[in-house]
Amino acid sequence: MDSGKKQKRISSLIVNGILLLLVIVWTVPTLGIFVSSFRVRDEIATSGWWNILPHKEWQKVKEIDTTELGLDPDSVMTIEGATGTFDEFRNGVETPNGERITWIGNKRLGRVEIQKNVWAVSWNFTLDNYKQVLGGQDFEFKKSDGTVEIVPGDNMNGAFLNSLAVAVPSTVIPILIAAFAAYAFAWMKFPGRRWLFITVVALLVVPLQIALVPILRDYRALNLNGTFLAIWLAHTGFGLALATYLLFNYISTLPRDILESAFIDGASHFTVFIRLILPLSVPALASFAIFQFLWVWNDYLVALIFLGGNPEFELVTQRMAAIVGSRGSEWHLLTAGAFVSMVLPLLVFFSMQRYFVRGLLAGSVKG
Amino acid sequence: MNPPNKTSLQEQSIGGGILSFLGRVLLAVSIPLIAFYVLYQGFIFLRDSDAPRAVITLVAIVWGVGGVAILYWIFNNIVERLPGLWTERLLPFVFVGPAMAILSWYLAIPTARTFWISLFDKDGPPEGLNFLQQLASDSFVGIGNYLAVFTPGGLMWEALRNNLMWIIFGSTFSVAFGLIIAVLADRSRFEKAAKSFIFLPMAISFVGASIIWNFIYEYRPAGQPQVGLLNAIVTGLGGVPQSYPQWVDIAPWNNLFLIVIVIWLQAGFSMVLFSAALKGIPDELLEAARIDGATEVQIFFRIMIPYIQGTIISVFTTVVIFTLKIFDVVWVMTGGQFGTHVIATQFYRQSFTNRNSGFGSAIAIVLLIAVIPVMIYNLRQFREQEAF
Repeated sequence: MDSGKKQKRISSLIVNGILLLLVIVWTVPTLGIFVSSFRVRDEIATSGWWNILPHKEWQKVKEIDTTELGLDPDSVMTIEGATGTFDEFRNGVETPNGERITWIGNKRLGRVEIQKNVWAVSWNFTLDNYKQVLGGQDFEFKKSDGTVEIVPGDNMNGAFLNSLAVAVPSTVIPILIAAFAAYAFAWMKFPGRRWLFITVVALLVVPLQIALVPILRDYRALNLNGTFLAIWLAHTGFGLALATYLLFNYISTLPRDILESAFIDGASHFTVFIRLILPLSVPALASFAIFQFLWVWNDYLVALIFLGGNPEFELVTQRMAAIVGSRGSEWHLLTAGAFVSMVLPLLVFFSMQRYFVRGLLAGSVKG
Repeated sequence: MNPPNKTSLQEQSIGGGILSFLGRVLLAVSIPLIAFYVLYQGFIFLRDSDAPRAVITLVAIVWGVGGVAILYWIFNNIVERLPGLWTERLLPFVFVGPAMAILSWYLAIPTARTFWISLFDKDGPPEGLNFLQQLASDSFVGIGNYLAVFTPGGLMWEALRNNLMWIIFGSTFSVAFGLIIAVLADRSRFEKAAKSFIFLPMAISFVGASIIWNFIYEYRPAGQPQVGLLNAIVTGLGGVPQSYPQWVDIAPWNNLFLIVIVIWLQAGFSMVLFSAALKGIPDELLEAARIDGATEVQIFFRIMIPYIQGTIISVFTTVVIFTLKIFDVVWVMTGGQFGTHVIATQFYRQSFTNRNSGFGSAIAIVLLIAVIPVMIYNLRQFREQEAF
């Protein structure tokens, strides 16, 4: 009995241990971005974000002017008990008492630093990265040597609003249209009902790439390219099959007698749909809404094609991809921008996780 | 509810049949058309006005959504005022018609149109000619584009190979990690918390994920402090830093550094589905196996895996479809350079950068053909459900 208990404890330790390891592996990438987005620009560029954890670091304790020492950098030198050539000093030479001597700068005008290896944390946090990435105006950036550099802001604010303007109608319109269709499939009898639904099922997995070239031609003919309306309709079209399918699955399982008693009371299909079916289907509507919202918000391809290169209508994903392309190594912008782009999906996701999971289990596969 | 009774259907004259068919098609098309027109006008008005963007956004949302809702209401009222038989015949199409019309415009008809375009060279079918004249024109190349897609060593060869890698490694590892995590979480007290953490990347866009992982792969020349986590670990262990996705020396294996990103994103998806399936295994079954002295590993392979086989297959297919269409990650990380092109990035490049719509369309059709088995499977499942 006792050994069984012990074994159980060991196995639960192993299970939780492996699980913890996986959770850490899965979280560290996002954590890195999150932490970095609050670090000072120069520090992001010169040290890893994990330096916010306590670590050993060489810090300057004393500085000596090289001319004062009267050394010849072309031969072997001895400084504070450490001996080495110029190149060795450039990389740092350790003295017997644990300090390090480092030559900074070139041979003639350099200085010598005596450094100590101490525990340190780099906790210089700032909100400047967010200010710069969000704002549309020029941003003044004070360098450590006091000079001021003017850098253009990245106007993520505008992109954020654009994304919202695209995502909300692109979520609500398909739900509305699909709910009507799902109701008809579930509760009305009409010729061709089966075949029309088979079409919906078949279209579930059709890759949207198939539609891009012809739709772009239509939009050019209609002069719709680069407008919000174009992208709303495109997302509506691409999301409609899944929406109809999911909502049908839910609406068709609602209890028959509720509806029948309503019909006996003389209600029309429209009234039943608005007064009964929609309120009863809220869980299914919510789970599809989350899907579609996340999908549209995170979409890059559809926006790239139908909103094109119009910078005024750039969405968050396009803005981010543009920063990656033009300033791919400016991590203070990229990290803050990435986090701005993730805030809303993460909020939606965590506040409505229950519906999201339900939607997944109902079989959401999008073409 | 009033199901149409048989006699009334039989009594339909041929003329009535044609009329009702026309009425149905008319309804299906006119609602979206009017909706489109109303939205379009409102949209032009909004675009030309000088209001602040937030106001425009708000008005656009109310306008778009409200406009569509009101249209349904108006058409419903019109049809309900018709004589009883006509209401019965037409009303379902007020409900189902707009959805079907939009689906036709956006998915069904484009499939045929894309196929047609794929039979022509880079300019597509010449405009202003009829069907037969287009066929006879010089730009008709038949299956030429498809032959080009499948030419060994050709432009698409690399993309097809990479997509195969994506499917083999990406899908397998997403499913495997999802399964392992689901099984472990099922036995842990911290199930909910652990699952949330693994699940979190699902809310992140591919573009965002690309930035996150670009930061991990960030490369600084040897000797400088490494800012990227991976290179910091590698140099810490005495290795040479690399710019991993762009590491052409190991091509095609540099694709694995991109594939990791999608495994990271997708494992949560399979975990959720597996977790639900595992909860469906009866406790008595597991208990009986344990009493018979089965080890946990045996239980995993002999009971759990066979029991959730159906879920494994459907999750696997979903992830395969997903990886088949992968675009954003590759486009943002490498732009398809360094031997990392996939089908969807080549599709984009050919269709929109090189403006070779014939070749691009052929690639899109290849993508469609690849998912047809899944489509057939879905339809077969649907027929078995007998929901209709």
